[in-house]
Amino acid sequence: MKGLPDAPRPAGLLPPFTAEHEQLRASLRRFVEAELVPHADAWERERWFPDELFPRMGELGFLGLRYPLEYGGQGGDHLHEAVLAEELSRCRSAGVAAGLGAHISIATPPIWGFGTEDQRQRYVVPAITGERIAALGITEPGAGSDVASLRTRAERVEGGWVVNGEKAFITNGVRADHLVAAVRTGEQDGHGGISFLIIDTDQPGYAASKLDKLGWHASDTALIALQDVFVPQENLLGKAGDGFKLIMANFQWERLAMALGAVAAMQDVFERTLAYAMQRSAFGRPIGRFQAIRHRFAEMATTIEASRSLTYHALRRFHASEDALREVTMAKLLSQRASFEVADACLQIHGGAGYMVEVGIERAVRDARLGPIGGGTDEIMKEILGRSMGL
Amino acid sequence: MIPMERLLYLPRMASETNVLKPDHGAGKRHFIFTDEHEQLRETIRAYAVKELAPHADEWEETTFPDQVFHRMGELGFLGLDKPEEYGGQGGDYYTSLVLAEELVHANSGGLAMGVAVHTDMAMPPILAFGTEEQKQDWVVPAIRGEKILCLGITEPDAGSDVSAIRTHARYDEATDEYVINGAKTYITNGHRADLIVLVTKTDPDAGYDGFTLFLVPMDAPGVIREKRLEKLGMHASDTALLAFQDVRVPSSAILGEKGKGFYHIMWELQGERLIGAAGCVAGAQYALEKTIRYALERTAFGRPIGKFQVTRHKVADMATKIEAARQLVYMTAWRFQNGEYPVREISMAKLYAAQVAVDVADECIQIHGGAGYMKEYGIERIWRDMRLNRIGAGTDEIMLDVIGRSYGL
Repeated sequence: MKGLPDAPRPAGLLPPFTAEHEQLRASLRRFVEAELVPHADAWERERWFPDELFPRMGELGFLGLRYPLEYGGQGGDHLHEAVLAEELSRCRSAGVAAGLGAHISIATPPIWGFGTEDQRQRYVVPAITGERIAALGITEPGAGSDVASLRTRAERVEGGWVVNGEKAFITNGVRADHLVAAVRTGEQDGHGGISFLIIDTDQPGYAASKLDKLGWHASDTALIALQDVFVPQENLLGKAGDGFKLIMANFQWERLAMALGAVAAMQDVFERTLAYAMQRSAFGRPIGRFQAIRHRFAEMATTIEASRSLTYHALRRFHASEDALREVTMAKLLSQRASFEVADACLQIHGGAGYMVEVGIERAVRDARLGPIGGGTDEIMKEILGRSMGL
Repeated sequence: MIPMERLLYLPRMASETNVLKPDHGAGKRHFIFTDEHEQLRETIRAYAVKELAPHADEWEETTFPDQVFHRMGELGFLGLDKPEEYGGQGGDYYTSLVLAEELVHANSGGLAMGVAVHTDMAMPPILAFGTEEQKQDWVVPAIRGEKILCLGITEPDAGSDVSAIRTHARYDEATDEYVINGAKTYITNGHRADLIVLVTKTDPDAGYDGFTLFLVPMDAPGVIREKRLEKLGMHASDTALLAFQDVRVPSSAILGEKGKGFYHIMWELQGERLIGAAGCVAGAQYALEKTIRYALERTAFGRPIGKFQVTRHKVADMATKIEAARQLVYMTAWRFQNGEYPVREISMAKLYAAQVAVDVADECIQIHGGAGYMKEYGIERIWRDMRLNRIGAGTDEIMLDVIGRSYGL
């Protein structure tokens, strides 16, 4: 600009990401655009995406980004998986992203983190190739955010356990080959006495049925009945009674991945709406040129940038193994609500077209609405934060 | 003039804590900061708490004394990020963020603003566009705190719309001087300043290319300090309405290029906005911490009000918004320090931080209840002071326009 000191603008890569991550991002984006986006509408209508997506992504190496080479992974770390979380959420169907994400970022990490070598070989290796699909089962009809009131029970029997109970809202629950489930093994109530078992879903007594939802239509969300399901001794994950610790360990990455996904999803719906506002005319000019609309975009962009800044801060801390409880919680809280609000504002800018299924904006709003509920509600996030400040 | 090492007289903070241990304190360092920044932070905070805060209430009545500039100059605080050759400390951009953040502990928004106008609004354009002589004449004594600076953009009929200003500088060939006529208003430091960086129109027909900056000594004949303006908040700052009647300055008083004044000032506004945003975040954090302390002391219905879920969630919401604003400011500062000219992100940071600060201050009054409405608790002052941030240095609406236009809208 004339009259200004020289101020070159380098490629704006934000920490913690480096050029290496951007290569991965580019290849993921190509995959998402070529192999997911064209099918998103159909999968939404069918309320299902094909199981074959898992082995396909396994083949491309996307399911094991952060696992060591000797387990079939790519030898990367959480930052690579963060890129995956961001790029998957541009696939136009949060249900697809959720199904893949539940497998990669939610159900497999506990086995990797707390499993024996044998469990890693039996469950993590085939999860990385996409041969086996994983689901995580914590929530029950009577226990959501209040994990301490879990009732699914595992009774000790010869050679293992027999499990009885119900799990609700389980992503991948119908198609899963194994369910990483929180169950009550001890006599204790509350947080004690909870353990994790890896349940093979081909065991007799495992029955899953699909639930209809407001959004996330392409994802398989199940109500699971467990009736005298046998689980062998060697499928106990971690130590008996340590289940609450496993749940909490997993939540941090799950919430961070959700925050990353929300930021990218907001950016995507923002960009699509921006293109629409420049092309759609009313009263003699593109609607984007009206000041009210311009300001709406500016507000959205600011919200997105604030969410991104906070989320990347949490990611940097998490990646550096620093305590990030508060930062992750804040990022989750802020980004999920923001994502819904941004999507809703984009619906408004689209007007009547936004209300139509064809344009895909109404789906973005419905999909985003899960954010403030899933992975710990907004209210739970505020409890965690408030208590961390001594309140 | 004081080397950085001499500034850092405070002992290092114990940083031996295990990083894996949950630490919910505020002392988590962001990656843009080093040990030196943290030491500087401690030093400035100690100064603000010891030498400024005790007088804050009094200065609300009287405005803060010029002596504050002299003292801060002596301590090296007025040139933290300015080149050493002019008496600065030669620090990076982040040192000025640290100053903006820590001055909040002076508990006086007006004082922080007065200092910021001097260090981060008026000084940078002289350094960026000035001649060597101008830098020696004004920046050197300004960094020492011997001369006080102000910046004149706004006029009674031209605020956000900078292009509408009417203060006019006419060239007098006979004497090779410019003759300035016009008025400037809402000028922080306007009464105490020794120099004003003045935005004028030199060619009314040239549109954006018709503006020129001048360095005008405030004791020049024809500079009239009219009114000390009364305000909603920021009472400790001196805010002036100024008139310029046939003020004569030599051609050598032109700052930067003739005709480039508009672009010079648009550049200046970027640094000002980011520093303002940092101050907003720190101010909001200050109000929140004060409010948490109060909420844990004040009892109602048999328990501290902070133990009610509604209060707890309000605090969680505020803390989250403050952290988001902080990260946005730091990320933008990082871009700035790394050579970007991130006008869009600066505008976002300014908009977001100002709104957060105003919202937080209001919620803090609410949690304080009747006490919050009373002067004694200092929350109503923060609320009044903070309110300026959505107006000053470019209103929310201007920020939204800048951001929106950056997307081609």
